[in-house]
Amino acid sequence: MYDMRLTERVLDTETDKPKITAKGVQVYYGDTHAIKDVNVDIADKTVTAFIGPSGCGKSTFLRCLNRMNDTISIARVEGDIRIDGEDIYDKRVDPVQLRAKVGMVFQKPNPFPKSIYDNVAYGPRIHGLSRNKSDLDEIVENALRRAALWDEAKDRLSQPGTGLSGGQQQRLCIARAVATAPEILLMDEPCSALDPIATAQVEELIDELRQSYSVVIVTHSMQQAARVSQKTAFFHLGHLVEYGETGKIFTSPEDPRTESYISGRIG
Amino acid sequence: MPLSWILLILAVIGTIAFLMARSRAIATVDGDARRLHSLPIYYGLNGALMALTPALGLLAIWLLVQPILLDRSILADLPAGAVPDGGTAALVMSDVRRVADGIDSGISSGSFTRDELRDLSVEDVGGLLASEGTALGSALTGEVLTAATSYWQARSSLSWIMTIAVIGLALIGGAWAVSRSRGEFRARNVVERGVLILMIAAASIAILTTLGIVLSLLFETANFFRQYSWTEFFFSTTWSPSFSGRGGASQLGILPLLWGTLYISTIALIVAVPIGLFAAIYLSEYAGKKFRSVAKPLIEILAGIPTIVYGLFALITVGPFLRDAFASPLGLGNSASSVMTAGLVMGIMLIPFVSSLSDDIINAVPQAMRDGSLGLGATKSETIRQVIVPAALPGIVGAVLLAASRAIGETMIVVLGAGAAARLDLNPFEAMTTVTVKIVSQLTGDTDFASPETLVAFALGLTLFVITLGLNVLALFIVRKYREQYE
Ligand SMILES: Nc1ncnc2c1ncn2[C@@H]1O[C@H](COP(=O)(O)OP(=O)(O)OP(=O)(O)O)[C@@H](O)[C@H]1O
Ligand SMILES: [Mg+2]
Repeated sequence: MYDMRLTERVLDTETDKPKITAKGVQVYYGDTHAIKDVNVDIADKTVTAFIGPSGCGKSTFLRCLNRMNDTISIARVEGDIRIDGEDIYDKRVDPVQLRAKVGMVFQKPNPFPKSIYDNVAYGPRIHGLSRNKSDLDEIVENALRRAALWDEAKDRLSQPGTGLSGGQQQRLCIARAVATAPEILLMDEPCSALDPIATAQVEELIDELRQSYSVVIVTHSMQQAARVSQKTAFFHLGHLVEYGETGKIFTSPEDPRTESYISGRIG
Repeated sequence: MPLSWILLILAVIGTIAFLMARSRAIATVDGDARRLHSLPIYYGLNGALMALTPALGLLAIWLLVQPILLDRSILADLPAGAVPDGGTAALVMSDVRRVADGIDSGISSGSFTRDELRDLSVEDVGGLLASEGTALGSALTGEVLTAATSYWQARSSLSWIMTIAVIGLALIGGAWAVSRSRGEFRARNVVERGVLILMIAAASIAILTTLGIVLSLLFETANFFRQYSWTEFFFSTTWSPSFSGRGGASQLGILPLLWGTLYISTIALIVAVPIGLFAAIYLSEYAGKKFRSVAKPLIEILAGIPTIVYGLFALITVGPFLRDAFASPLGLGNSASSVMTAGLVMGIMLIPFVSSLSDDIINAVPQAMRDGSLGLGATKSETIRQVIVPAALPGIVGAVLLAASRAIGETMIVVLGAGAAARLDLNPFEAMTTVTVKIVSQLTGDTDFASPETLVAFALGLTLFVITLGLNVLALFIVRKYREQYE
């Protein structure tokens, strides 16, 4: 069943319509104005990278896309964000359903205090993605393989996920998000604690996901942004300074701030 | 010398030692505090610690040991005829002590002097003491007066010796510390160790007290089982102590009492745990900040109501209501005191214990756990059931356990709500009673501390203690097995 869904998506014909459109987005944390008038269109089946100095609002903007900011009582989001043309901040939209569709890997790894298996099986169980135990086993194995964790975890699936190393936890959280089969995957610095080999594997996964999903990745590594993404957005002090083809951003940026950030003069 | 004076003198010595040790340390480095091994205050603290700790320790031990030894030596000197028929040596000793206290206060208030005391007759002294407000168990006898006088003399001279010893020790300690107070002396490390020793002492007091309580329970329980068969105690289903004290026809079976305790506690927990837990979850996960800031203290007020008030509530309102609304129409008896009454009211009393603790524990689960679950498209209640409650489980079990111990130990609500009749019955609208209530009733009134009717209280207490201990161990086991630890 799981694989069927995948193939269905793969067979979806690519459309020119953007997957996500954001217009005039403002985010406030109490009196702090964290995101200032951001407009961006994110295409389907592409990898979009968010780059920018620390504290510029990348995570904040990312969290707007699946309404995770709802859980922060002081956060206030204004503007218009649409996924597949539907306003996700509309009163009729159920944020729970939205988040099933828009998966997220958080900046800080946050495995549940459960076994590795139960961590990965959490989403599929909630959403009823498996018919039986062997189905679920398959989903879990598949997700762990794609997150490059299977070889390390296959003999200790019943051990707590919190007992893994920081980098392993990060991959566990990726596997957990992938297992839920979202249409859009938001990844907040998914490789910050990974060694080059695991990073390469995760980048391979991102590339593979691009066949069927829209992926947004926040990263502090210019090389990573250049390697995996087709589009890049540069944030600075809450503004979206520049957004365009990754190749263009890294070779001939238009804004001087982008250029100095990429060449290592800001941040 | 009165204790307060000794303490005052010690405080003065400590202060002086503090100042001298500090200034001497500074003097040895010619006033340049940077050349000291430690900050100047540590030299001072070392001085005060050295002066006070041994002296206070000696004082405490002396005050503990002196009465025991003194009693023993006076008792040994007491002539054989001094103990009247039917009385005990302990009673005579308490008279001796009271007379000695009377002499003390008589002399210090100037009613008579030491020399007058020697010349007065027994009756005169008795009269004087009575007018001073000393009440005796039996009429003052010559033997008691002699014993009391020597008791009083020994006590006052010992008190002087103690004063001198304690103050001397303080002076020696202080002087030693001052003499060692030089620039290179590692005062900081010594003070650190001193603080550690103080903490170990505090911990040992707690442990030793527990040990003492358990040992005395064990000792008295052994006494009881020497007089009463343990099979009868544990397996008899009748509880009917005879009131004469030595009737011999007492039946002291614990089963009806244990049954009452377990029955009432179970009902109380069935009420308290779900309500408390849901209240905690609502408050920590759903309620707004404003509502929470009002509701939480309100619930906690419940915990501050004295149990006797709950008891009144059970007696006057809940009991009659349950009888008229359920028991009588259903033909389940017409007693206003019932297991149900006590259980319900006790359950209400326990709600804040469960809810307040659980609420704190649920709040301590990191927000990242909630985000992780919500980010995967879980609803709030799925998140609570599958992530938050499992993560908070050890604490929640602890809260429930605390409530259970309170329920098992509660007495007042049981007396007023369920009555004092020991009964082994399934009907929840019947009056029953618990172990604690019977401990109280066996120990109140005219009691003889050697009869099984009284000693049974210790056996009951020990049984309760073992049960609560067992509950604790069980909870520990549950927590170990099911804990989901977050980092
Ligand atoms: N929960 C919050 N409450 C208040 N202010 C917040 C909160 N989260 C973020 N901010 C503020 O919003 C701004 C943007 O933060 P954000 O986490 O989006 O930065 P970022 O670009 O992800 O940085 P980094 O690269 O360090 O992760 C910062 O100034 C931060 O202080
Ligand atoms: Mg961030």
